[in-house]
Amino acid sequence: MDQTRRYGDGAKSNKLLQFGNEAIAHGAREAGCYFAAAYPGTPSTEILEIFRTFPGIFAKWSPNEKVAVEVGIGSSLTGTRTMVTMKHVGVNVAMDPLMTFTYTGVVGGFVLVAADDPAMHSSQNEQDSRVLAKFMKAPVFDPATSQQAHDFTKLAFDVSERFNTPVMVRETTRIAHAKGLVELGEWAEPVRGERMKRDIERFVMMPNFARPRHPFVEERSLKLLDFSNEWEGNRLELNDRRIGFITAGVATNYIEELMPDASYLRVGLAWPFPVEKARALVEHCDRVLVVEELEPFMEEEAKIAGLPVEGKAYFPRVGEFDLDAVAAGLKKAGLLDETFAMPEPAEVVARPPVLCAGCPHRGIYMALRKINADVYGDIGCYTLAALPPLETMHTCFCMGASIGNAIGAKLTETKPRHPTVAVIGDSTFYHGGITGLLDVVTSRANITVVIVDNSITAMTGGQHHPGTDRDLMGNEAKHVPIEQVVKGLGVEKLIVLDTYDYQNAVDQLRSAVRFEGPAVVIARRPCALFPTKIKPEPYAVIEHACTGCGNCFRIGCPAIFDSGKKTERGLAIATIDADACTGCTLCEQVCKDDAIFPLAELNKKREQEVQV
Amino acid sequence: MSEVVNVLIVGVGGQGVVLASNILCEVAVRAGLDVKKSEIHGMSQRGGVVTSHVRFGERVLSPLIMHGRADVVLGFEAAEALRFAHEVRDGGLLLSSTQKIPPPTGPVKKKQKRPRYPQTPLSDAKQVCRGRVVPVEADRIAAELGNPRLTNTILLGALSTGLAIDDALWTDTIRQMVPSKTVELNLAAFARGKEVALSERQPA
Repeated sequence: MDQTRRYGDGAKSNKLLQFGNEAIAHGAREAGCYFAAAYPGTPSTEILEIFRTFPGIFAKWSPNEKVAVEVGIGSSLTGTRTMVTMKHVGVNVAMDPLMTFTYTGVVGGFVLVAADDPAMHSSQNEQDSRVLAKFMKAPVFDPATSQQAHDFTKLAFDVSERFNTPVMVRETTRIAHAKGLVELGEWAEPVRGERMKRDIERFVMMPNFARPRHPFVEERSLKLLDFSNEWEGNRLELNDRRIGFITAGVATNYIEELMPDASYLRVGLAWPFPVEKARALVEHCDRVLVVEELEPFMEEEAKIAGLPVEGKAYFPRVGEFDLDAVAAGLKKAGLLDETFAMPEPAEVVARPPVLCAGCPHRGIYMALRKINADVYGDIGCYTLAALPPLETMHTCFCMGASIGNAIGAKLTETKPRHPTVAVIGDSTFYHGGITGLLDVVTSRANITVVIVDNSITAMTGGQHHPGTDRDLMGNEAKHVPIEQVVKGLGVEKLIVLDTYDYQNAVDQLRSAVRFEGPAVVIARRPCALFPTKIKPEPYAVIEHACTGCGNCFRIGCPAIFDSGKKTERGLAIATIDADACTGCTLCEQVCKDDAIFPLAELNKKREQEVQV
Repeated sequence: MSEVVNVLIVGVGGQGVVLASNILCEVAVRAGLDVKKSEIHGMSQRGGVVTSHVRFGERVLSPLIMHGRADVVLGFEAAEALRFAHEVRDGGLLLSSTQKIPPPTGPVKKKQKRPRYPQTPLSDAKQVCRGRVVPVEADRIAAELGNPRLTNTILLGALSTGLAIDDALWTDTIRQMVPSKTVELNLAAFARGKEVALSERQPA
C-alpha cells in the first residue's frame, strides 16, 4: 500500500464524506427547495434532521406520511419547491393523495424521497418503491452512490417542473446509511411562491375535471420516456460484447466491482425505463443480465419491450445484495467460475435488541403479561416486547393496525380466552390510531386500548410529535394531549397510569378490561433516552438475600445479569450493572426476597458497619 | 483492479464503534483516498450488535466488504470479535479488545439449546480466524491512563499498525476530532494501543 505517498495531493479535498441522507438534504437545498415535510422512519429520518439546519428554509414533521404529502402538495400549489420524505411503508400511507397529484401535476417542484429497506434492518416488509412510482406514474430516480443521491435529488426538482409531475427519489438502506465522497455545489435562493393561484379545472379532481387529466398523464409519461432515453444519467457503456449488465441503485457497485470489463447500462431513472438504451445494449452484447435488488422491475420493463434479458433467474428477489450474493448469481449464470467459499462462522450467543434499562414500556408489558391479555401490537420500540422474556405482543402489521385488529378479533371470536388489548405508542397513535379508536367507540367494541406514552418518537431517534411541545425547527409548538383526543372521541373509561408502578398498573389494567365497553389506558413515562437520557442512582442485589427466584430476569432488563454465582439450591443469583441501571425500581418491585436496594443505601450501610 | 483495504469494526450498541469508524474514514480521506462506509442504524442502538464496514483505496465501489475478505476486523467486544472472526481474510488480522459484555439474557434454561456467552472468546476466535488474533487489553490501559473512554483511541492505535497510513495523519485527525482538553491523553492512548499491538505481533 502506498497511500502515504499521496497524502496532501489534495485531489479530493473539495469532496466531503456524506451519508446518502446528508447528500439528499444538500441536493435539495442546492436546488432551492424551501419547504420539507415528513414523518420519521428508518432509513429516511436524517434527511429532514439535516435539512432543517440550513438557513432560509422551513421543515416540519407531520403526524403521518399522508398528511406530509398533502401539506407538501399545498406548498407546491403556491409555487414553492417542496420535498417530502418517508420510509417505504410510509408511501403506502401516502398513496391516496399521490395517485391524484400525478393527475394535477405540480406548480413548485415536488420531490418525494422514499427510503426502501431491503433485508428489513428496521422494517416490517421489504417492498420496492419503484413499483409504486410506476403505479402512480411518477418518474423515479434510483441513485447508486451518495454523489448520485445528491445529484439526482437536485435534478429531480427541475424534472418535476419541466414535466409538471411529482418525482420520486428512491434510496435504499445501503445508500441512506452508507457514506461516500460527495462534491457539493452552490446553494440556490430557496424558491417560495407568492400564493395559490386558483385553477378549478386543474386542481379540483371531480370526474369531469379529472377525465381530461388522465390523457395528460399518459402523454407526459411518453415525454418522460423520451427524456429517459436521452438523459446521460442513464449511462450506456459498450465494452465486452460477450456480456452486458443493466443495473441501478446500490447493486451497480457490486456488479461493477466483480465484472469491471463488461458492457453496462447503468440506470439512474428506473421509470420510465430507458428502453432504447437497453435495446442498444442487447444489440451490442451476446447476453444481457439485469442486476437489481428486490423486484424484477427493470427486467420486466425490458421484457415488455420484447428484449431478451435475464435477471431473477440468477439473482435473489429476497433480501439485500452484497458482493457475495451477486457473485453467487454470476456463478449460477455461468459467468464466474469460482465463488469464494464463505468461511464457517463460530456459533456465538445471540444479542437481540431489547427495551433499554429504565424503558417506560417495560412496566406496562409486565402488567399485560400478568393479566394474560391477547395483545394486538403496533410499530415502535415496544414491538420488542414480542421477544423473550416478555413475549407479550401477539400481532404487528403496520402503523395503527393494533386497534383495528383488536376490534375485528373481539367482534368475531366465539370462544375468547383472554382479555382483548390493543397496544399502541404515542407517536403511532397520532399517526394512525385516532381513526381506529373512533371505530372502537362507534362499534362499542369491548376492548382496552393501551397507549404507551413515552412522549417522543423513540425508535427513530427521538423526534417530536403532536403531543410534544417542540417542532422540528426547534420552536415551541402547540401540543395536543392524548387525553383530549381520547375524550373528544367519546371514550368513557379513561385511566392514566405511571408504568414504573407495577402493582398499580396491574390493578388498573384489570379494571379496564373488566369495564363493559371501550376503555383506554394511557401508560405514561418519558423515554429513558430522549429527549434527555435519564441516569439516576443505580440499584444493587444483596447476594446472600437472593433466593434465585428469577423474577428480575423475567422483566428483560439489559442492566440485570446472571452473576455466575448460585444459591444453595443451585439457582442463578442476579447482579445489576451499576453503569446501566437507571433506578426504575421495577426489578425491586417484583423481587420476592427483598434482595434489591439502591446501591447508595447499601454502600452507606456498609460504611456504617465498618465504623461500628 | 486497484487494491482496496477492508476494515470491519464490530461491537455492541453504545461502545463508540461509529465514532471510531468516522475517525478511520477521515484519516483515509486525508490520505487522498476514495472511501466508503456502511453501517446499520435503528434497531441496533437498542443494545444489539453494531457493525461498520469501512473500505478505502484508489476507487471503492461496494459499500460492503465481501464475506471472509476483511483485512482487519477490529473488535470492541470479545464475543463480537469471535462472531466476526471468520470475516478476516487469509493472512489478515483480528484485533480485539478483551472486554466482555454478555447480553442480558439471564440464566439459560436447560431445555434451551442456545449457546452461552463464551468463556474464552479470543482463544476461540483463533480456531475460526484465518489471520492473526491480537488481543488488546484496552480496558486496563484506559484505566491506567485514567479515563475509561479512551478505549476507543487505544483500539485505533492498535488498528493503525495493521494499515499502511502515516502516523502523522492519524495524530492530526485525532487532534482535530476529540475534545481539545483531551488531546494529549488521546494521543497517549493512541501510542499505547499501537505499542501493544506491535509487541503482540512480534513473531514468536
